[in-house]
Formats: sequence, C-alpha cells, structure tokens
Amino acid sequence: MTNAWTDIKNTDLVVVMGGNAAEAHPCGFKWVTEAKHHRGAKLIVVDPRYTRTASVSDYYAPIRQGTDIAFLNGVMKYCIDNGKVQWEYMKAFTNAAYIVKDDFAYHDGLFTGYDPEKRDYDKSSWDYVLDEEGFVTSDPTLQHPRCVWNLLKEHLASYTPEMVERICGTPKDKFLKVAEMISECSTPTKTMTSMYALGWTQHSHGSQNIRAMAMLQLILGNIGVRGGGMNALRGHSNIQGLTDLGLMSHLLTGYLTMPSEKDVDFTTYMKSREFKPLVKGQTSYWQNYKKFMVSFQKSMWGDKAQAENDWGFNYLSKLDVPAYDVLRMFELMYQGKVNGYICQGFNPLLAFPNRAKNTEALSKLKFLVTMDPLETETSRFWENHGDFNDVDTAAIQTEVFQLPTTCFAEEEGSLTNSGRWLQWHWAGGTPPAEAKHDTYIVAQIFLRMRELYKTEGGAFPDPVLDLTWDYADPNEPTPEELAKEINGRALTDLMDPTDPTKLLVAAGKQVVNFSQLRDDGSTASGCWIYSGCFNEQGNNMARRDNHDPDDTGAYLNWTFAWPLNRRTLYNRASADLNGKPWDPTRKIIEWDGAKWSGYDVPDIAPTAKPGEVGPFIMNQEGTARLFSRGLMRDGPFPAHMEPFESPVANVFNPKMRGNPVSRIFQTDADQLGTSAEFPYAATSYRLTEHFHYWTKHNRVNSALQPEFFVEISVELAEEKGIDNGGWVRVWSKRGSIKAKAVVTRRIRPLICDGKPVHIVGIPLHWGFTGSAKKGFGPNSLAAFVGDANIDTPESKAFLVNIEPSTAPKDKELVS
Amino acid sequence: MNLDLSRRSFLKLAGAGVAATSVGAMGFGEAEAAEAAHVRPFKLATTTETRNTCPYCSVACGVILYSKGDLRKGEKADIIHIEGDADHPTNRGTLCPKGAALKDFVKSPTRLQYPMHRKPGSDKFERISWDQAFDRIARLMKDDRDANFTATNNAGLPVNRWSTTGMLAASATTNETAWATFKFAKSLGIVGFDNQARV
Repeated sequence: MTNAWTDIKNTDLVVVMGGNAAEAHPCGFKWVTEAKHHRGAKLIVVDPRYTRTASVSDYYAPIRQGTDIAFLNGVMKYCIDNGKVQWEYMKAFTNAAYIVKDDFAYHDGLFTGYDPEKRDYDKSSWDYVLDEEGFVTSDPTLQHPRCVWNLLKEHLASYTPEMVERICGTPKDKFLKVAEMISECSTPTKTMTSMYALGWTQHSHGSQNIRAMAMLQLILGNIGVRGGGMNALRGHSNIQGLTDLGLMSHLLTGYLTMPSEKDVDFTTYMKSREFKPLVKGQTSYWQNYKKFMVSFQKSMWGDKAQAENDWGFNYLSKLDVPAYDVLRMFELMYQGKVNGYICQGFNPLLAFPNRAKNTEALSKLKFLVTMDPLETETSRFWENHGDFNDVDTAAIQTEVFQLPTTCFAEEEGSLTNSGRWLQWHWAGGTPPAEAKHDTYIVAQIFLRMRELYKTEGGAFPDPVLDLTWDYADPNEPTPEELAKEINGRALTDLMDPTDPTKLLVAAGKQVVNFSQLRDDGSTASGCWIYSGCFNEQGNNMARRDNHDPDDTGAYLNWTFAWPLNRRTLYNRASADLNGKPWDPTRKIIEWDGAKWSGYDVPDIAPTAKPGEVGPFIMNQEGTARLFSRGLMRDGPFPAHMEPFESPVANVFNPKMRGNPVSRIFQTDADQLGTSAEFPYAATSYRLTEHFHYWTKHNRVNSALQPEFFVEISVELAEEKGIDNGGWVRVWSKRGSIKAKAVVTRRIRPLICDGKPVHIVGIPLHWGFTGSAKKGFGPNSLAAFVGDANIDTPESKAFLVNIEPSTAPKDKELVS
Repeated sequence: MNLDLSRRSFLKLAGAGVAATSVGAMGFGEAEAAEAAHVRPFKLATTTETRNTCPYCSVACGVILYSKGDLRKGEKADIIHIEGDADHPTNRGTLCPKGAALKDFVKSPTRLQYPMHRKPGSDKFERISWDQAFDRIARLMKDDRDANFTATNNAGLPVNRWSTTGMLAASATTNETAWATFKFAKSLGIVGFDNQARV
C-alpha cells in the first residue's frame, strides 16, 4: 500500500476492483465504512461476482475476469476525452511531456520488437529520446506528436465504451456510470483510492492490471495524497515483510536484486544499477544502491566481505534465468531435477496450480521437509484419501519430515502489514508438546550443515562457513538480535562527512537509519529499507503511542513504518508546484520557504525546493511513469490481453493467446483447454469465514463454512440441470473436482463479443486435513502459467466444464 | 516506551474500586460478601495479558492474548482467550470471523505436537526425535548440495547455484525469523527460494 489502512477514511471514492475487502480484509474494510459515513465517500465495486463488498457499494458493475486492463484503459480514455485530468499534477509530476523514440509503436495487440520464437520483445525502441548530456527531451506544452501524452491518447483510442462492453461484458451504461464517478476525482480536492488484491495479481498480465490503475491515479492526481494511492491488500500477515526482506529467488533484501550471469563482477553488477538522473537535478535515490549493497554484504559475511574481494560478491548465487520461481521449481521437480524441498509454513499442494502435476512433482523428490504449526496437505501428499487425494502411497519414495513449529501466539517479533507498518508482538503461550520456533529449526539445520562442512569439506563451503552467526546463543538467535542486525550498525567510528572532527556514530552502535549507511565497508545493515526499526532509541517497532494529531490517520508514533517511518509514500505529491497542499483540508506536508514539514515524514529531502526536485525520488526521472520504458516485459503501456484460457479470442489479435511474453513450459502449453471443450470461465476466491487452508483446522470456522462448494448462476444451473445444493463435477484440461452447487443470483452471465459467458466461482479453503469436511480447491483445475513479469500463476481465470454428479468418495468408503 | 497502564487495565482497576466502595456504602457488607462468594469470578481477572497481532491477513489487527501463567516469569502459559485490542489504531478492538476464533487455531486438534518422519513408500508418519531429524536433514541436504552444486558456468564464472534443493519460506513468520531464514537459504546458494508473494 502507498497509504495506510487508517488513511482510507480520508477518501472520497473507493474503487474495489481485483479484490473483495469486505470479506478478505474485513477490519481494514471498516475504514471504507468510516469514509462513507463520515465523509460521504462513495464505493464502487467492479467484479465478476456480486460480493459482500458489492452489497454495501454505491455502484456495482460486473466484469469478466481477466479483462481489467480494457476496463481501466476505457476509464482513462473517458477521463482524457472529457478533460477530467488533474492537469497541473499530471504535467509536472509524470513523464507525459517526454519525447519517445520514433520507432516505438503498437499494432495488432503487440508492441514494437516482438519475437514469437523467444516469446520476448526487443525493447530498445521503448525509450525516451535523450539529449547529448543523457537527459530526456520533452515538450511541456504536450504538443509534440511523440510525447508520452499523445502516444498514450493514441494507445487508448480503441478502448471506447462499446469496446469495453464487447471485451469485459460490462454493459455500456454501467461502465459509463463508473467512469463518470471516477472522473470526478480529477479535481485537486477530490480523491479516490484503489483497493486491490489477488483478483488483479493472479493473471498472466497481473502487473499490467495494477499499472493501468496506477496510471489512472496519476492522471487524476491521486498518488501521494491523503485518501488516495494504490493500495495492495496483501494476503498474509507478513507477505509484505518477506518480500521486503527479499525471500524470493530474484531478490536480495530491500529490493536489491540478485546478480545474474551477466554480472561477472561487482563493478559490472553496479554498472546497471547506478541509476543516474534522466532529468537534471533529480534525486534518483537508487544512486545510493552501493551503500545499501555493501552494507548488506557486510551484514551477511562481516570481515570476510572486503573491498579486495568485491565485498564477497562471489558468495552470492548468479542466476542463469530471471528467477527460479515456484512454477519453474515445480516444473524442474516434475522433470526429476529436484531432490530436496523445504516447505516452511507453506502448502503448495493446494496453493500452486495444476495439483496433479504438483503431486507428481513432489513424488519425485528424495526428501521433503515441512515446518508448520498445523497439518498440511503437502506434508501428507503421499497419503491416500480416496477421491480427495488419489495417490498410490507405496509407489511414492519420498522421505518426509514433518516438523512442528510454534504459532503467532507463542512467538515474538515483528510483522509488516499492508501499510508497511512493522508491528512488534509478544509471546503469550507455551508451545504445545515439542513444537519449536522456526528460528531454532533453521539454526539447527544450518549449524549442523556448517559443522559437516568444517569436518568434511565439500562444494564451495566458504559462504556457509563465513556467514555471520554471532548470536549470544547460536542455537536460537533472539528476535531482538535479528532485528538489530536488520537495522544495521557502525563497524568503525563514523565521522560526519561535513565535519570530519565530529563523531556521528561510534563503532558498534546502531545506525539511526539508512541515511548513515556507507559503501566503504564501515557499516552493516541487513535490509536498508527497514533501517531505523531498531536503533539506539530502542525497538521502534514496539512503540504503542496511538495519538493522531488532527486525526489525519498517520499515527506516527505507533510502531514503525518503512521507509524512515513514512506513512504515505510519494507524499511530496500531496502539495502543488509551490509546495502548498492541493487540498488544504488534507495536508500531509508543505513547504515553509526553507523546508518541508507536516503530519508525515516528507518523501523528499527536507530542504529540496519545490519546482526543482520532483516527487518521485526513486525514479531516475523524478516523475512517475505513464510510459514505463523497457521496465516491464509486456509493454510500456497496458494493453488488453486475454487469459491463457479464455472463453473469447483477443479482439485485437485473435491469434494471440494469453500474454504473448509469458513463459509457458511445453507440458503446460499442451494442457491448455479450449472454449469449445471447456466453455465456462472459472475464477477462485476466499470466503470471509476462512483463511486459506489454516482455518479448516479450526472448529469455529469449520462450523461456519463446513463444506466445499462452487457458485454458478441460475441461468447456467437451468441450462445444465443442476440443483441448488446438488453435487456437481467441475473439470478442466488438468483435473476434476466434485462440489456442492450453490446456485445464486450473485453471479450473472455476461455477454462478451456477442456471446454469453457463464462464470463458475470456486472458493479455495478445502483439503483433506483438519476439522472441516474434506473437499477440493481451485488449484486442481487452474493452469500452470504465470504473469510475464513476476510469474504469479493465473489462478483467477481458467476454463472449466460442469455437470451434475454424485458425491466424491473418501478412502474408507472405497470398497 | 510502552505505556504500562493501558486503557483496559485502567478500567479493570477502576472497576474494582467501584465495586468495593458501593458494597460498603450500601450497608449490605456481609450479605454482599456472602453472595459474591457464590458468583463465579471474572474469568480473565487472573490472566496475563499479552499484546499480539492477528496472523491471518495483512490488516494485522491488534489482539490481546489472555493466558493462565506468565511466560515472562518463566511460567507455563496456557492461552484461554483471545480478543481484539481496543488500543490498536487499525481495528480498535474489532475482529472478523477468523480473528474472533483465533483461540481455536492455537488449540486446534490438528496442531502438530512432535517431529514426524515418513519412510519412503510408507503409509504412515512415525515419531522421530528432533536430533535425529536435524542430523538426517543436514546430511541429506549436504549430500545433495555437494553432488549437484553448480560452482561455475561454462565460461568459468563462479555462479554458486544449488538448484536441486528448494525452499518455500512462510509469509506468516516474523521479519526476524525471515531474516534468519534468508541468511540460511541464500548462503547455501538455494536459488529455488520463494515465499507466498509469488503466488
């Protein structure tokens, strides 16, 4: 989230699209209710289902899953055509005026440079025209035909209300009503917020869904302001934290990136990460990359990371592919190329698409280690449960270790919420029987492996032997020790750069925040963006002062928000070119002639003069990008793409299937179904009574929602002879499941490209362990293909067929 | 940094004061005391309160754990109740149908108790000691790493990849656990390393 949960009360319009906050984030959604009741805010919901969020909305419009880009491009076009643009903001704070290279173009659903063999673009034309000094050329009058603004208008031209209706199935009048309501937020004193979740990410074009809304928000001037922003409602309590800390194949901590094979040494690695400003005088904060990187290496390998050895650069893996993401790993496992796998608090058998493939992949492992407080289907993937897990147990040769861990109530530490607040919590209970903390388990395996490397030697033991592990009790590092390490400290006395006689931080002391980190090896910090969380003032994540001066929703003294305790990202953009708030009633910060100050930590150097330094300090331009250059694999503008399994062809290019640059493995391409065989558009979602596959272990929630079901419209039920409450079989090219049918008016057929499209809704909370009745999940059916930029599986849109059936049989009932 | 006297403990103190005063003032001291002896004492009055956050979605509502026994005194602590934290700015004491039933997660009948081991081809889990499990896992991992580690690529460049063992990290663990896990996985060269953010 760019803003905080508590900031939503400041909005005038909430758009929930690609999410269902009332059911999936109920207590966060209360801030929407607050805005409606106390500010008169309106709520719009755009969703294939009439959700409980929709039931309290001011306006609901249906949409076919996977067509959000067409809808949002249509809204952008409406706003621009009708002059509903926050002109001053858009002109000054975005790259609208920059001139783009002549050979960049878009035809037939594809941008310049497409190579169908490689399923990739040559992106060299997707860039600005630079001057001799390497700065962008621009036309502030927006007259130049090749400026971003005019190219954007051209790109959006085909997304008329009629086209939106044809692609999305949203009736034209409903689309226009939504567009009109959104367009009203283009004035400086009216703000809209976007609340989205996996309804936008779980698509082969998920990144572009989000980008489209971000662009709309920029055109309306709604980024960086109170009650505005792009608010990703993250699904797990610390999914934000684990991403910030780089627990991903392609990441290091704080969005530093893993080296690739092209990065032959540290100098080369840094060369592509220097991020020189593209506009004179801009901050381009990533210019500090080296300080954060060297401090990170020091925190990993201490004295073994020195200037002479490139700060231990060769201790890091270098990737030969963009990432060993989960789809790639399960494909490799399926091919028999993976021997061992550790699942810490993760249930891939139910979480990853194409369960049959996952079962086969896990069966090829030599060993599997699971760490969880609860039973998981993954740890018992080898156990036969009749129709619910139809495996040949004896044939599965995988050795499995099921390790019991503590749960939240028995452990201490911080979790990062959606609004980037790092909130400390304390242990209140004794763990059951022999359950252990994850940290203890990880430490034990690590220490034993390290001991084996000490005594036996082996493959490149250096990064293991040299890893810093200097905790008071190496067997179980404490949360405080680890948090301090994340924050970082001075390794030698740090003198003030402006006055070398003045001691800034004494050796061994915690740095105050990342502004004190250096690239000469004199500082260590595990994760630069978290620096400031635990400094010499103490554990800032444990702060509990809930005062909120003038009720802005900032709560600056409640826990700690990254970066630098800043609550609203890009908040410099809440003020105009002179540094005065666009809306005085919603001030965040303002320029007093000498410095920035206000209710939040300014997202700009405190003395950076307005008009000189742009608000988007992380970008080389200092502005936000309506045209994203070559930074995304599937285009600098969002373009409509169908899901890989879609009931209709792409109207811009009927031959194009899914995202033209998504990676798809051959076995999975062979397992894509067609609409002739599988006519119905399925989607997956959560219910408010359950959390993933955890709460089926919980008796209360199992009683509230005991049994797996699928939802279909009255029309489809009539067509297929399906009774409400009767058993149905739902199947795709990859699998088959049985469920009770809920026949509902919450789902209605849509007319897309002239033909009716029926939607099948599949909730995701059932398996074969726990207190609830045994059932299935949508992952038995979903396709094994992901987003072109990040490989998030397309779990929100796939094709199925459906028919009345009998109940599934458990093992005991099989004769 | 943490206010010792929270709003709710203040109320608890204030409530106790009111009860004592009114009993005396109304002149029914003995009768009231006799009656009070029959009344079941407030279940949470003798519990230890601990601030925590809900482990489910990313709203991260504040919760209060009520336990018999106090971990900070080295005692065993048994959680008997969990409710919303009224001091928390986001949820202000409210919880959803999942958060309100958190105690049933902590006390779930399918909470794991002991390390278990399934032999290849077996149809059951069997108890294993932690030491046996750790020793065996470390051995399996090291042997796999040593056998399949990619030290250099074809050009002789050190690439340090261990792609034959992978790891999924848990996005409900703390940042501190995540950092320890990160150090473990990345120092070993595990490239197939992701968390729920990927899916």
